Amino acid sequence: MGGEHPAFLWRTPEPRRSYDVVIVGGGGHGLATAYYLAKEHGITDVAVLERGWLAGGNITRNTTVIRSNYLWDESAGIYEHALQLWEGLEEELDYDLLFSQRGVLNLAHTLQDVRDSVRRVQANVLNGVDAEWLEPDEVAEACPLVNVSPDVRHPVLGATFQPRGGIARHENVAWAFARGADALGVDLLQGCEVQRLVVEDGRAVAVDTSLGRIAAGSIGLVAAGHSSVIAETARLRLPLQTHPLQALVSELYEQVLDRVVMSNAVHVYVSQAHKGELVMGAGIDGYNSYVQRGSVHVIEHQLAAALELFPVFANARVLRTWAGIVDVCPDASPIVGPTPVESLYVNCGWGTGGFKATPASGRVFAWTIANGRPHVLNEPFSLERFTSGALIDEHGAAAVAH
Amino acid sequence: MLLVPCPWCGERDETEFSYGAEAEVAYPADPSALTDAEWGAWVFFRANPKGPLKERWVHVQGCRRWFGVVRDTATNEFVR
Amino acid sequence: MRFRFDGTEYEGREGETLAAALVRNGVVGGFTSIYLGRPRGVYTADEQEPNALVQVGAEPLLRATLVELEDGLEAMPLAGKGLLVTAPEARRHDARYVHCDVLVVGGGRAGCEAARAASGRVILLEQGPSCELESGEGLQVLTRTVALGLYEGNYVLAAERGRRAWHVRAKRIVLATGALERPELFEDNDRPGVMLAGAVERYRVDGMRAVSGGWSPRVHLWSQAGGRLRWDDRIGAPVPDGELRAVECTGRLTGEGLPEAPPFRLPDGDETTMFVDLERDATVADLRRALGAGLRSVEHVKRYTTVGTGSDQGKTANVNAIRVVAELLGVDPGELGTTTFRPPYLPVSFSLLAGRNRGALFDPARETPIHRWHVQHGAVFENVGQWKRPRYYPLEGERMDAAVLRECAAAREGVAMMDASTLGKIDVQGPDAVTFLNRLYTNAYDSLAVGMCRYGVMCRPDGMVFDDGVVMRVGEERYVCTTTTGNAAPVLNWMEEWLQTEWPELRVWLTSVTEQWATVAVAGPGSRELLQGLTAIPLDRESFPFMGIREGEVAGLPARVCRISFSGELAFEVNVDGRRGLELWEAIQAAGDVTPYGTEAMHVLRAEKAYPIVGQDTDGTVTPQDLGLDWIVSKVKPDFMGKRSFARLDTARPDRKQLVGLLPLDPDALLPEGAQLVDDPDAPPPVPMVGHVTSSYRSAALGRTFALALVKGGRERIGEVVHAPLASPPVAAEIVPMVLYDPENARRDGRPL
Repeated sequence: MGGEHPAFLWRTPEPRRSYDVVIVGGGGHGLATAYYLAKEHGITDVAVLERGWLAGGNITRNTTVIRSNYLWDESAGIYEHALQLWEGLEEELDYDLLFSQRGVLNLAHTLQDVRDSVRRVQANVLNGVDAEWLEPDEVAEACPLVNVSPDVRHPVLGATFQPRGGIARHENVAWAFARGADALGVDLLQGCEVQRLVVEDGRAVAVDTSLGRIAAGSIGLVAAGHSSVIAETARLRLPLQTHPLQALVSELYEQVLDRVVMSNAVHVYVSQAHKGELVMGAGIDGYNSYVQRGSVHVIEHQLAAALELFPVFANARVLRTWAGIVDVCPDASPIVGPTPVESLYVNCGWGTGGFKATPASGRVFAWTIANGRPHVLNEPFSLERFTSGALIDEHGAAAVAH
Repeated sequence: MLLVPCPWCGERDETEFSYGAEAEVAYPADPSALTDAEWGAWVFFRANPKGPLKERWVHVQGCRRWFGVVRDTATNEFVR
Repeated sequence: MRFRFDGTEYEGREGETLAAALVRNGVVGGFTSIYLGRPRGVYTADEQEPNALVQVGAEPLLRATLVELEDGLEAMPLAGKGLLVTAPEARRHDARYVHCDVLVVGGGRAGCEAARAASGRVILLEQGPSCELESGEGLQVLTRTVALGLYEGNYVLAAERGRRAWHVRAKRIVLATGALERPELFEDNDRPGVMLAGAVERYRVDGMRAVSGGWSPRVHLWSQAGGRLRWDDRIGAPVPDGELRAVECTGRLTGEGLPEAPPFRLPDGDETTMFVDLERDATVADLRRALGAGLRSVEHVKRYTTVGTGSDQGKTANVNAIRVVAELLGVDPGELGTTTFRPPYLPVSFSLLAGRNRGALFDPARETPIHRWHVQHGAVFENVGQWKRPRYYPLEGERMDAAVLRECAAAREGVAMMDASTLGKIDVQGPDAVTFLNRLYTNAYDSLAVGMCRYGVMCRPDGMVFDDGVVMRVGEERYVCTTTTGNAAPVLNWMEEWLQTEWPELRVWLTSVTEQWATVAVAGPGSRELLQGLTAIPLDRESFPFMGIREGEVAGLPARVCRISFSGELAFEVNVDGRRGLELWEAIQAAGDVTPYGTEAMHVLRAEKAYPIVGQDTDGTVTPQDLGLDWIVSKVKPDFMGKRSFARLDTARPDRKQLVGLLPLDPDALLPEGAQLVDDPDAPPPVPMVGHVTSSYRSAALGRTFALALVKGGRERIGEVVHAPLASPPVAAEIVPMVLYDPENARRDGRPL
C-alpha cells in the first residue's frame, strides 16, 4: 500500500557552518516558515534544525482539526488566513493533504455555552468567517450520530458550525512543506539538536548544536514545547508552561462520522479520518512535563465523554494512545514576533491549537524574519502584551481544557 | 499515573491533587513600586525547565494542604 | 457446537478459538486484504493475527485467534475495516483497583517461576485461557487478562476477558511476556496456505507451508516503561537492555531460549508481493520506495508506508520492516532503533475504559435539600455546573416567557421565593480574618460591623473579575462569604492557596459550609408581612436594616436571616441547617400566596438593577471598573488582589468595553444574548464590533424588553444607537444608563409593617 506520498521527499545534506536564517525546530510551523522564506522572500540560505527526525514532534501527534472560529478579531485574522491558505495548499505544494472541509461542530451544553456560542458565531460572521448557530434538531441533521436527547446528563443545547472547517493528514502537510523547502534549496538537518543560542552584544549570532556551531544572520525559534528551554539559553524568558497533551486513534471502521465534533463541557473532540480511524483528543495533563506521555485517567474520561455524545462508539476500540508536549500560554494565544534579543524571533505558545494555524504561522513568521518586524497579522501576538495587559483570551474557543 | 508524595498523606495518585506550577515565587512586597513589565513578569511568567523543577501541589481530595516538591520534568521522577 | 462463518455453518469444539475451528474445518482462505483485495487465511495462532479479522454482531475487528467459540456464534470476515453499530444493550464494565508487591505479566514457564519465587502479595496476568498456576495464598492468577499499558510508577492497566479493567499499582513488576514468531519474506508470502510454523503446530494441521522468520520478544511493556532496547543479532530482534528501577525481564522476553534466526536476506523476485505488513498490505517494494524518497528513520518509513499502523500494531511486521530497511541501507539493524511502543498492547474497547462513568454516573448531579419539591411542582431545570437548579415553574400549559413574567411580577408586586442553596458559602474565622478579606476583595471590610453584611468583588492578579458575593460578619472574628454557584470550589481553593503559600502568618481558618446551609430567598413588597408570621425576629425597617443579619427561629427552625436583595425589592434570605431546607421551604409556602421563582426570573430581576452575573456579564477579561463598580474598588487600601493590574496600559484604557443598558427601539424586540453590536449595520465584513449583549430579557416591571451589554467606551455613548445586525430580524437599540429599574433604590425597604 502506498501512493499517497511522492517518490522523492528531501535530501540529507551535510550541515554547513553558517546560514542567513536558522530555523530551530523541524515541526509543522518551522518547515512552513522555511518554505515561505524561500518561496515568497527568495531567502534560500536557510537551515531547519531538528533534534530528532523531521516532523516528529507535535505535528505528527495532533488530532488534525482545522478551523478558524475563534472569538477575537486578532485571532480571526490569523486563523482565517490559515484556513484560506489551507484551501489552496494542495495545489501550492502539489501534495495530497487529504484536506477535507467537512465542517466543525462545537457543542453547547449549558445556557452560558449558548450565549458564548452566539457571541462567537456573530463575531465570526461580522469578520467574514463562515459560522452558524444550530439548534439541537439542526445539530442532529448536521450530524445524526450525535446524541441530542434532552435526557442525558449534559444535553446538547445547540452548536456552532463552521462549514469550511475540517481535517487534513498531518504528516502530509509537514512533508509537503519540507519537500517544498528542500526543493527550493533549504537544508533540512535532522539529528541536529540546538543546545544553546549564542548571543553577542545583545544580538543572536549562532547556535551551538550537537553537530557543532552554526552561525546565523537571523534565528527563528519554533520549538513548541521546548521553546522555553532554548530561549533560556539566551536569557529570554517566555510565559509558557509545557504540558503533555494526549490523543488517540481507534481501529478502522466504515465511515460513520462525517463531521468534526468538539465539546467543551463533555470534554472531547473527535473526527473520523479518511482511512477509517476515529481520532480523539481532550485536555492537557495537569502538570509540567517534557515526557511525551500522559496518564490513563485522562483517556478514560475522554472515552466516557465520547460515549455520552456518541453511543455508537461503545464497541469501537482504542488502537493507540500517545502524547505531545504543548507550550501553553496564559491567554491560549500564541507569541509570534521579534524578541528583545536582536535577530532572534520567536514563534511559540500555540499550545493545544497549533496544527490548524500551520500555513499562516509559517507565512507570517517568514515575513517577520524577512522584514525584521511583525506582519500585521501577528503584531497583536507579541511578548509585549504581557506587560500592557492586552491579552487575547481564547480559552473558550480553544476548546481544550487547560 | 504519577504518585505524588504528599508530606502528610504519603504517596497518592495524581488524581487527588491539583497542580500549582513553580514554587516560591513570592508575591511582590510592593506591587506599586514595580513597572508594568516587572508586574507582568510576576503575573504571567513561571519557570518551565526541562529538568528539576521546584513546584507546588495541593492535595485537594485529601488533606487539602499545599506543599512543595522537586520533580524532574524530563523524567517525571520526584527528586525529594 | 455449531457456529457460522461468512454464512456457512460449521462444527466447533469446546475450548477452540474461531481460528482453530476454521482451520480444522479446512477453511484455508476466507478473508480478503484491505487494499489489494488479495485472498488471505488464518496466519497465526495468537494475538498478532493480521488476516483473520471478523465482525461478531456489534463487535468489530475481533481477531479470530482470540475469539473463543460459543454455540451459535455468527462471524463475518472483514477486509480491514469494521462496522460500528449501536449495540442492542449498553454494556457496563467494572474496574478493580489493586496494589501488590509483585506483578508478573505472563503465565508461561518463566512467569510462573517468578510468581512462585516472589513474596508478599503477588498478582499474575496471563492473556491466554489457562495457566499452570492457580490462585492461592498471597497469589492471584488472572487468566484471559491482557496487560495493556505500563504507566508511571509501575501502574499497569489490564483488561480481563475484555470485560473488566484492572488497575494495578505494583512495587515490583516482572515481565515474562515471551516472544512472537514472525513471517518469512518471499513472493506471495501472504497467500492462503502459508502459516507461521508455531501456528501449524498448535493447530495440528496438514498441507500448510509453515514459515518462520524468527522470534521477536514482546518488549512492548518494557519499552513503555522507558526501558532501553538493543538489537540481538542471534535472534534478529530487539531485546530489553539495561535496567529499570522496579521492572525486570525474565524468560524468552530476554531472548534466552529463543532459536537462532535464519540468516536474513532479501529474496529476489517481485517485491510487490513480498508482504512485510499483511494487515496494511505493505510490501518490501513499499519500503524500498520510502527509502528512495530520502527517508532514513524507521519512524518516517512507518508513516510513509503505514507499516505497523494496523490493528495488530505491526506485531508481525515491525521487526521484519527494520531488517529490510537495514538491509537496503546497508546498516546494522541496531543502528535504526525501533518505532515507539505505546499503549494499549492490544486494542481495547471504549466502553471498557469508560467503565461505569456513563449516563447518570458520567458526572455527579448535585441537588439541594429542596429538590424534591421543585420536581413535584413541575420545575424546569437548568444545569449550573454540577447543580440542578429550577429555571422556572410553569403552570399547566404555560410557556417559559409567560412563566417568567409571572414570577417576576410576583417578586415585584407580591411575594416570591427562591431556592438559593447552591451558592457557595465559606466560613472564614480568625484574628486576621479582616486582613485576609481586605487582601482578596477589592473593597475594605474594616468597618463591617457584627451583624451586617456587605457585597464584595474578588479579582485575579490580572485585575479581572473572578467572583462576587456577600460577606457576612456573624461574629467578632467570624465571617461567612458567599460565592457564585459555579465558583464555590475555585474560590475556596483560591483562598486556601493564598493563605497557605503566601500568607501562612495569618491566623485564619476556612471551612466550606455550602451544603451545611440551605438558603431560601423571600422577596417582594409583601415579604416582610409574610415572614413575620413565621418568626419572632423583628423584621420592621428600624429593627432590621438593609444588609443586616439577625439570628433566631423561622418556622421553628434555628435560622440566620439576612436582608440581602438580588432583585432590588425588599427581601430576606433565610438560612437554616441544610438538612431542614425542605421544612423551611414548605413552611414558607404554607404561610401565604408565595410564588416560587427560578433562575430565569432571578436573572431578569437582577438585570433590571444591573447587578452583574459573573461568568455571564464577565468573561475573565472584565474589570470591576468595566462593570461600573468603581464604588467597590477601594481607594484607600494600598494593595489588594488585582489592584496593580488596573494601572497597566491596556487595563486603564478609557475605551474599554463597559457595562451599559440597552433599550431596543422597538420595545418588543428581544436582543439575542451574545449578539454582537456594531455602529454601521450595512457595512460589509469585516465590520468593526463595538460590543456584545451579555443579558437580555422581557421585563414585566418595565413593560418592554431590555438588555445589558459590554460596549466600548459605553458610558460616554449614552443616548447613541447601536445595532445587532445578526439578530433575526436585526435590532437597533439605544445605549442607556445600566440601572433601569428603581435607580434610587426606593423599593428595597418595602412597605412599613
